[in-house]
Amino acid sequence: MIRLTFDPFDPGALLTEFAKGRAETGAVATFTGIARAEAGATVALELEAYPGFTEAEIGKIAGAANARFGLDDYDIVHRIGKIAPGEPVVFVATAARHRRAALEACDFLMDYLKSKAPFWKKEHGPDGARWVEPHDRDHADLARWTKEPSS
Amino acid sequence: MARVLLFGRLADVAGWRERAVDSPFLSTLRTTLAAEDAALGEALAGKGVQVALDQVIVRGDAPLNAATEVAFLPPMSGG
Repeated sequence: MIRLTFDPFDPGALLTEFAKGRAETGAVATFTGIARAEAGATVALELEAYPGFTEAEIGKIAGAANARFGLDDYDIVHRIGKIAPGEPVVFVATAARHRRAALEACDFLMDYLKSKAPFWKKEHGPDGARWVEPHDRDHADLARWTKEPSS
Repeated sequence: MARVLLFGRLADVAGWRERAVDSPFLSTLRTTLAAEDAALGEALAGKGVQVALDQVIVRGDAPLNAATEVAFLPPMSGG
């Protein structure tokens, strides 16, 4: 499932719900991204989406993860609007028969969500606001999935 | 009249997020917007800015009809 929400969410409750009733799954992996205060430099994050398009593009990313790792299921929840430091921004859960697929799919989904999902992120600080664009590290993280395996 | 949507920093540069603009092609739409607001014209032509027509990413020029939704998308950053 893919959801965008203006409201804070509880990652523990999402995990409990996701892991329920999976007698044959074997492995569930999750990641929760939390808004950083950056020692007071960020008072709030603001995330903008393009309703309809954003969900559809995340759906393509999830489809690619599914094809590559053979997932039983996934759950992606992403905040939009204003987010306070310490609040979860993104939750990803993956379910697979074995742990490697679940863990790698979770990692893959996060790398793609960081720089390929249609979100625009603004950091509000004491001295004003600035738009955040993908870092070199985000591009390097993404490139890991297009290289041939090293061994 | 195409419906033009601006996202992220592009909306801040323009001072608007959504407008109807009469233009037969994406290229002429860019020219019209740049003639009105040079800073916006430059931002729309900037590195990493993509365009979606009716929520499908396009490259190069394309015809627009009265109901086309034209979205200018600066580099994306989620998570």
